[in-house]
Amino acid sequence: MLFEFNNDEPLYRQIANQIEEGIFTGIFPPDSQVPSTTELSRQFNLNPATVLKGMNQLVTAGLIEKKRGLGMFVTETAPAQITEKRQAAFYQQHVQDLVKEAKQLNLTKTALLALIERGYDHE
Amino acid sequence: MNELKLTQITKQFGHQVILDDINLTFKPNTIYGLLGRNGVGKSTLLNIITNRIFASSGTISWQDQALTGRDHPVQAFYLMSETNLFSKEERLNKIIKNTALLQGQFDETLSAEMMTAFGLNPKKKLSQLSTGYRTIFKAMLALCVPAEVVFLDEPILGLDANHREMLYQFILKAYEERPRTIVLATHLIEEIANLIEHVVILNETQVIIDEPLETVLAKSYRISGPEEVVQAYCQELNQLATEQLGTLYIAYIYDQLPTEREIPDRLTIEHVDLQQTFIKLTNERGNRDV
Repeated sequence: MLFEFNNDEPLYRQIANQIEEGIFTGIFPPDSQVPSTTELSRQFNLNPATVLKGMNQLVTAGLIEKKRGLGMFVTETAPAQITEKRQAAFYQQHVQDLVKEAKQLNLTKTALLALIERGYDHE
Repeated sequence: MNELKLTQITKQFGHQVILDDINLTFKPNTIYGLLGRNGVGKSTLLNIITNRIFASSGTISWQDQALTGRDHPVQAFYLMSETNLFSKEERLNKIIKNTALLQGQFDETLSAEMMTAFGLNPKKKLSQLSTGYRTIFKAMLALCVPAEVVFLDEPILGLDANHREMLYQFILKAYEERPRTIVLATHLIEEIANLIEHVVILNETQVIIDEPLETVLAKSYRISGPEEVVQAYCQELNQLATEQLGTLYIAYIYDQLPTEREIPDRLTIEHVDLQQTFIKLTNERGNRDV
């Protein structure tokens, strides 16, 4: 679910990541408005400065933009940017772990490839 | 600059030292958490800042001016405390009126909104309110006065979960509408952890932590694994406490982890929350005394 927080990383980064996730999954499509700093801070009892810091990260990354007097909006290019970023990180974040786990489970490369094939067939 | 600065504040009651060499700066427009165990001197410190009692030594300055007591800016600071300074037989609307007169200004809109939201009847007398409602009423006054620095000493005393949630939202609303410095002194650390920007922890008469929350959390770790692996890894790190669960060994660390040291496979490193770190930071001597 969006906006559930834990201790794993700084709160501002979690806010940024979760809004990014919302953009990625289409909850916040391009040109739509994302929740305001005030809304987020009051809804979840978060320090406004922390929320703002998270928002500013997304602005810097070009995923959202401020429309004066209206609020924060998802940019046209945001979904494509996120996809590109996540593709680049896919090997490190998923493939490496997958291979490591497979090795610990004594699965051969052929067996692992077969499992991946199976995963595609089930789609 | 609207900065409130304490320099070498010391307070003794007879031979007992309550506060020893306290140096703190409260920056403008920041929400602080002032944390400490029972009897550690949180309220004493707040009373000194608001000129209700005197420090044994040390100086307080506001906007770069040292305060001498006589020229204490009454309207710049406001302390909501457990002690009741209002007449019990006074009606709430009368107390509101008097507070407004004394403080020079009063946010009538917010006051009315809070009274309605919490279901407080302005015609009632203070003595007719329960502990929780008395706390709510006092917190409401604190948020409506024009003070630059507002100290809320245990603002959730006797409040149920719903009312606490509502109060946090009003604190944020008041802060957003007119940014000011708010200092929350409380025991319920978990609930206010996301509300605050800066943490001050008092322990054993001294300030042991005075850092942005983010920094504090970044240094709070729980490292667990086989005993020898944990101990080897945690060498030279600031260990707050250790625990043992069968062959699992757990160390609580308050430090930056060395980036050059490789993390062994069998170690689990996690961040812990403010409450856990607070307990580990302030436990040590308290337990030894028992």
